[in-house]
Amino acid sequence: MSIQELSSEQKVELITCVIDGFEVTVPKGTLVIRAAEKLGIQIPRFCDHPLLEPAGACRQCLVDIEINGRAFPKPQASCTIPVENGMIVKTQLTSAVADKAQKGVMELLLINHPLDCPVCDKGGECPLQNQAMSNGRGESRFEGAKRTFEKPVAISSQVLLDRERCVLCARCTRFSEQIAGDPFITLNERGALQQVGIYEDEPFNSYYSGNTVQICPVGALTGTSYRFRARPFDLVSTESACEHCASGCAMRTDVRRGKTLRRLAGEDPSVNEEWNCDKGRWAFKYEVAKNRITTPLIRDSNGQLREASWPEALAVAAAGLKEARAGVLVGGRATVEDAYGYSKFARVTLGSNNIDFRARVQTQEELDFLTSTPSTAAYSDIDKADHVLLINFEPEDESPIVFLRIYKQVHKRSIKVTSIAALSSRGSEKLNANLIKSAAGNEVAAINSITGLTNKSVVLVGERAAETVGALSAVANLIQKTGAKLGWIPRRAGEVGAITAGALPNLLPGKRPITDAAARVDLSTAWSVDSLPTAQGMDTQEMINSDLQALVIGGVDPMDISADAKVKLSKKFIVSLEIRQSDITEIASVVFPVAAVVEKSGSFMDWQGKVRKFEAAVEQSLNRSDVRILSILADEIGKPINLPTVKSARAELESLGAWDGASPSMKSVAGTEVKSLSNDEAILTSWRNLLDKGSLQDGEENLAGTARASVAVISKFRANNLGVRESDLVRVSNSYGAVTLPCVIGDIDDSSIWLPRNSINSQLIRNLGVVGNSVVKVAKA
Amino acid sequence: MSKLTPVLSANWDQADSFTIEGYKRSGGYTAVGKALAMKPDEVIQMVKDSGLRGRGGAGFPTGNKWGFIPQGDNKEHYFVVNADESEPGTCKDTPLMMANPHVLIEGVIIGSYAIRANYAFIYIRGEVTHVVRRVQQAIADAYKAGLLGKNILGKGFDLELVLHVGAGAYICGEETALLDSLEGFRGQPRLRPPFPAIAGLYAKPTVVNNVESVASVPAIINNGVAWFTAMGTEKSKGFTLYSLSGHVNNPGQFEAPLGITLRQLLEISGGIRSGHKLKFWTPGGSSTPIFTDAHLDVPLDYEGVSAAGSMLGTKALQIFDETTCVVRAVLRWTEFYKHESCGKCTPCREGTWWLVQVLKDLEAGKGSAADLDKLLDLCDNIMGRSFCALADGAASPIISSLQYFRQEYLDHLSAGSCPFDPAAATLFESAGVR
Repeated sequence: MSIQELSSEQKVELITCVIDGFEVTVPKGTLVIRAAEKLGIQIPRFCDHPLLEPAGACRQCLVDIEINGRAFPKPQASCTIPVENGMIVKTQLTSAVADKAQKGVMELLLINHPLDCPVCDKGGECPLQNQAMSNGRGESRFEGAKRTFEKPVAISSQVLLDRERCVLCARCTRFSEQIAGDPFITLNERGALQQVGIYEDEPFNSYYSGNTVQICPVGALTGTSYRFRARPFDLVSTESACEHCASGCAMRTDVRRGKTLRRLAGEDPSVNEEWNCDKGRWAFKYEVAKNRITTPLIRDSNGQLREASWPEALAVAAAGLKEARAGVLVGGRATVEDAYGYSKFARVTLGSNNIDFRARVQTQEELDFLTSTPSTAAYSDIDKADHVLLINFEPEDESPIVFLRIYKQVHKRSIKVTSIAALSSRGSEKLNANLIKSAAGNEVAAINSITGLTNKSVVLVGERAAETVGALSAVANLIQKTGAKLGWIPRRAGEVGAITAGALPNLLPGKRPITDAAARVDLSTAWSVDSLPTAQGMDTQEMINSDLQALVIGGVDPMDISADAKVKLSKKFIVSLEIRQSDITEIASVVFPVAAVVEKSGSFMDWQGKVRKFEAAVEQSLNRSDVRILSILADEIGKPINLPTVKSARAELESLGAWDGASPSMKSVAGTEVKSLSNDEAILTSWRNLLDKGSLQDGEENLAGTARASVAVISKFRANNLGVRESDLVRVSNSYGAVTLPCVIGDIDDSSIWLPRNSINSQLIRNLGVVGNSVVKVAKA
Repeated sequence: MSKLTPVLSANWDQADSFTIEGYKRSGGYTAVGKALAMKPDEVIQMVKDSGLRGRGGAGFPTGNKWGFIPQGDNKEHYFVVNADESEPGTCKDTPLMMANPHVLIEGVIIGSYAIRANYAFIYIRGEVTHVVRRVQQAIADAYKAGLLGKNILGKGFDLELVLHVGAGAYICGEETALLDSLEGFRGQPRLRPPFPAIAGLYAKPTVVNNVESVASVPAIINNGVAWFTAMGTEKSKGFTLYSLSGHVNNPGQFEAPLGITLRQLLEISGGIRSGHKLKFWTPGGSSTPIFTDAHLDVPLDYEGVSAAGSMLGTKALQIFDETTCVVRAVLRWTEFYKHESCGKCTPCREGTWWLVQVLKDLEAGKGSAADLDKLLDLCDNIMGRSFCALADGAASPIISSLQYFRQEYLDHLSAGSCPFDPAAATLFESAGVR
């Protein structure tokens, strides 16, 4: 979009100034350094960052400025001064004074900077190195003693600090304060001894700390896992998309000789701007885990898995599926193309609508909600929102870039944020959220009590809303009543795309209702089949509990669904498509190895519904995307789906387009109430911490070192009743099992207790058989 | 002696000058009643008309500063006194607050009333504990006397005055760094705009004035604009404190009309140390370019000093006689600036680090004439390139000393060491103490 188009849309006042003899017109408020960029004039800089507030600290961007004939007596920092009409700017290209000032500052920056570029991670992609060449003196005149520090200092388990390399631009500290809201690092001391530091025993455990490594203009902050691993010029970079959550971050994956060495946040102003979270950045070792499946496996007559050739495994799988009553569990992490493959496979090859991507608590109410109530919100709506309402959704843990976007507006415009939750989390505290305390399961009354939403308000609902009977009905009603924008934000990256791909028992691709004959005609025509099954299929839980004989299972951990899922599944003929050995592998009859995200192409759909395409970063000829294997398997069965490549799946799905007929309306479900009975009982509430025991974080110890501690959060009232003080152990139990954790006394509903859902010593389905909304016993341990 | 005009220092010879009774006996706390009877804007206009300029160094007209505060904005306003006097040589606010803290408090009440502030702060440097105690006592006494707190003198004006003690950082004398420090942050200068008059302390409209500027206001209210403007020169009105230190026979504070010359001040202060002659001096503290005996007749007002190539600054006249090594003196100052650089911007942080190393070598007679050019070029890369004026102050004595005493630098190099006996420059040298 050009500036003119932008301005006509938003009615921005335009300013015209002259830089190095060229006229440039930019929106009012544009900084001189940015206006110069428009002309292709690069003014050297270190502290300047377009997404951070100006600091003017490094003084590298000095230029000569005159306004209406009046010249500033000395060069000015172009990163702090907005352009004005009649301004004449002379950069280093046309002003000898500016040029000398810049060379002077560069020389000063280098006097205390070590000459360790050959061993520095940043060497080869270093703004200091580059700009010292472009805007510095050839040689230093400094002959004295350089400042030295002990090195490196671990400011967290995943970020190391080499203080002598630091140019004190304060990008990292400003990022932490202004963008992440985690001011855990600051500048300490003064003069040349000024340095970045943490408070004594409180490491830089921000979920976003990796961004500071990325925006550090020198090699002062490095990632522990990447340190000394590679030279930038040996890396092959591929634009990719993050597979960890529905935030939809653009990424860059850097590979050397077939091995992923690091991932960086990519740039997409409409999604993640330039940031990502530490999970997205550092959790990629799972793809090289020792338990990676590399060949097809089949279960032999002794019940043991053995390696098999592709033709043999395909034959066994086909035989088991051919005449069986079967279903498909997709898992929430499939790409859109793979999900489409599963969807078509279920309908065409298995002749069934038994398909569900939801490997978690799921209900018919949610199915109705997803079918009837479209998400309309986008990041840009958060940017303009007057009020953001969070329902069963903790953005910092469950969709961290959504959190950053809300925090940005809280920081800039102090927008109103309301959270319906049992407790005030660290995230909601940072958002200065107004908390409507509701025990898990009892949110309906709180949702119904919301007033004052406008069409500029944004309601963000988490997947956990499905755990409360009536909550999604109340949300649908609220949206209809107020006209507020809705965003349903699941945790996993594949869920939104799977809806579009039709990986649900009541939806065909393009969100076509299964019950609509016209919709079925669309698809049977496109797929060249005579007919499609008409009845709504089974959902995940129903398939597991049913007498279905066979299931095709994508990336699913039965422990995400229920404690007894594995046992029930073990009675069926299971065809598993997996990256690594899992609980499903143990019970599968046939296992096909599939490619990890970095090894394949495809796309995710973020919570906004925006397609996030990516190409293979690592070429692995043995690994194939799920859709390709499904297509071969369908051929083997004799009911082909004709999706031999990711590309063909993409093209076919796109050609189907979206459903333009009527969508079913929401069938409202009334809320119920969960009550705790006595003083030693509590209503369990939980969510997954961003960094926890999730299997995609396996193998990255440095990242795990910054995870939040596993604690039980109780109210002061309960603590007094139990006679416990902060960090005393409490035991949480029910008829299934128990969890014992140190407690934290927090701002939580008196009848509730919060536990992490899948963290160390607190894996709720495994330990308690439930994730929330039910009554547990709490005692001093 | 006729040149002196003691106003702020008029009662300093009284044993109880620092008490509320002592101050009142010499006419104290009479201006506040008059001011509170005026409209705030009239007070501002009077200070504007007096031509009173900031005594902290920059010389910005005090009344204009007060006039910048937006009125009727329904925001809290703050009045802040900068008492972080830390520059080498500068020693006027400290004795003023010791001898007569109440004149400052009276000025604070009047200034706060004028800008419609109900909260005022005095930010004192941390090292001067004796001053802190004295001002604390004075504030407590003023509260007791109904001069601070609710409904002052029954005129319906409320003012809370808070004394804040700094942690010992020169940079906190820079007004925005002072505000950061006052808010509890590390003292580092803020990006301007916004200026403190728009978004100062806690992002509210704020006036920051030097101690002496504020203390000068009661006399203006009491004696009138004509009385004040009769003193001083055309653009530098009134009286001020000149602080003479170093190789003078009677060092101390001398209150005189602006525009007096060093020659006149030396006459009053008993002249240069006996048997010696003036070599160089600072007109306004260590951050102002030095002068030599050629500048004895420069009128010490804002314009006069500026025209002669320096700055009036804080009127801290450090006097050095011919026994002093200028290289050594400049090195000592530079070490001060290196120590006090806050570290925020590159030229100051790295520049002072480097300057000290170069000067140390030069003082030890190491290096060549080319190093002098390098030193000057380095100063050129620091001066006017930094975030605030601290680094300008660091470069000034170096540039000016090279301007007047280049040969002395070269003498170090040809001798291979410092040609001066440092002991000869000490004040106790004549007593034979070594």
